Amino acid sequence: MTGSLTHRCLLVLASLPCCVSAAFAQESPYIVTYDHHLEEPGNLEVEYFSTFGSQRAGNDFHAYWIEFEYGATAWWTTELYLDGQTTFHDSTVFTGFRWENRFRPLKAEHFINPVIYIEYENISEADKIIKEVEGHDVEADAADSNAVLRQARDHELEFKLILSKDFKGWNFAVNPLATKNLSPDEPWEFAYALGISRPLALRASAHRCTLCRENFVAGVELYGGLGDTQSPGLYQTSHYLAPAVAWNLPSGWTVRVEAGFGLNSNSHRLLLRWGLSREFSGFGEVLHGLFRSGS
Amino acid sequence: MKTGCPPIRFMAFLLSLTSAAWSQEPGTRHAEAPGAVLARVPEKARLRSNPLEGDPEAVAAGKKLFEMHCAECHGKGADGTRRGPSLRVDELQHATPGEIFWILTNGVVRRGMPAWSKLPEPQRWQIITYLRRFGDPARAGNLGPR
Repeated sequence: MTGSLTHRCLLVLASLPCCVSAAFAQESPYIVTYDHHLEEPGNLEVEYFSTFGSQRAGNDFHAYWIEFEYGATAWWTTELYLDGQTTFHDSTVFTGFRWENRFRPLKAEHFINPVIYIEYENISEADKIIKEVEGHDVEADAADSNAVLRQARDHELEFKLILSKDFKGWNFAVNPLATKNLSPDEPWEFAYALGISRPLALRASAHRCTLCRENFVAGVELYGGLGDTQSPGLYQTSHYLAPAVAWNLPSGWTVRVEAGFGLNSNSHRLLLRWGLSREFSGFGEVLHGLFRSGS
Repeated sequence: MKTGCPPIRFMAFLLSLTSAAWSQEPGTRHAEAPGAVLARVPEKARLRSNPLEGDPEAVAAGKKLFEMHCAECHGKGADGTRRGPSLRVDELQHATPGEIFWILTNGVVRRGMPAWSKLPEPQRWQIITYLRRFGDPARAGNLGPR
């Protein structure tokens, strides 16, 4: 039984290069905020992101993560994250994984489009990708050495309500967030992320081109913590304003760059992020072969 | 740190959902007849006209967009594949531009077609301008392979 499954997995892996092809992606520039657009069903998007963070009273760091984003259906996208970081003059560590799921409850587009987001995180406190800022997360939390930080491990469930709207080429997105560390004595933590973006041109040009304005999407994100159930509000929280741009290349690659500026003394002064992603179609059919009954 | 049962139950639930979705035959997700989908289009949306109708540049841009976003499911010639139906069928060719725009914007989410509202509105109209040419045999010959 196990041998048969292993054999099937190997067959799927071996058939990937011939059955999976690059697909053109139309990505938003957001790195923290989510809009309501899910992955196309059957497509796999592989993404690499980096965050360079400045650190007062400690060493600057370079955190990175890989995402595997799969469109399981047109109303459900599931993602696996693998996180790591290098703290300069310290060490490089693997910090854990996240499993994220986004569900679209409504069939059609509405005035505001909700998406339900549920994520399980199994990460150490050395994780510095800062994919979201929660509760009372502040810059000083990351100042300790990796040896100290990696000793504490967090198992968390994170819930977001993604509210998003497209209007005349603009996207507006609001993501309230609640996180629960599964340790019983930990409080619920709250946070927010807001985003606004627009392609530089709304009409497509007649020919494939790399530097056309329609391939660029510019935007800005605002995100930060809102305290926790024991101490809600803005006291001892950090906040960031981050202009961002995405460049969707005709070859199927997307490049994203974002500069996040800390808005108060609890925030990192700079979070410079960049990412590279590529979408592949046909992955779902290959995967279907693995799960098909009787084969 | 205690992990307890909730995360395990949560992950087991998601895994069973994953397995159910992946075991669904991709080709059968699009079994709904185009007529049934068109019947759901609201009257106000049905009456919308294509602001780019007859614009030759929109046809060329629409062809490019179709090949980039639609052809992987509907085929390069819009004849349909296992993943998506033919767009050359009479019901769709006789549908109003507003009906096609509504389907493109909202998708047929439960049947596997995503909502394409992430494309700006003018780009959706460019795709429709291109697709409408399939209903005109005199022009369809210049639109690429069937």
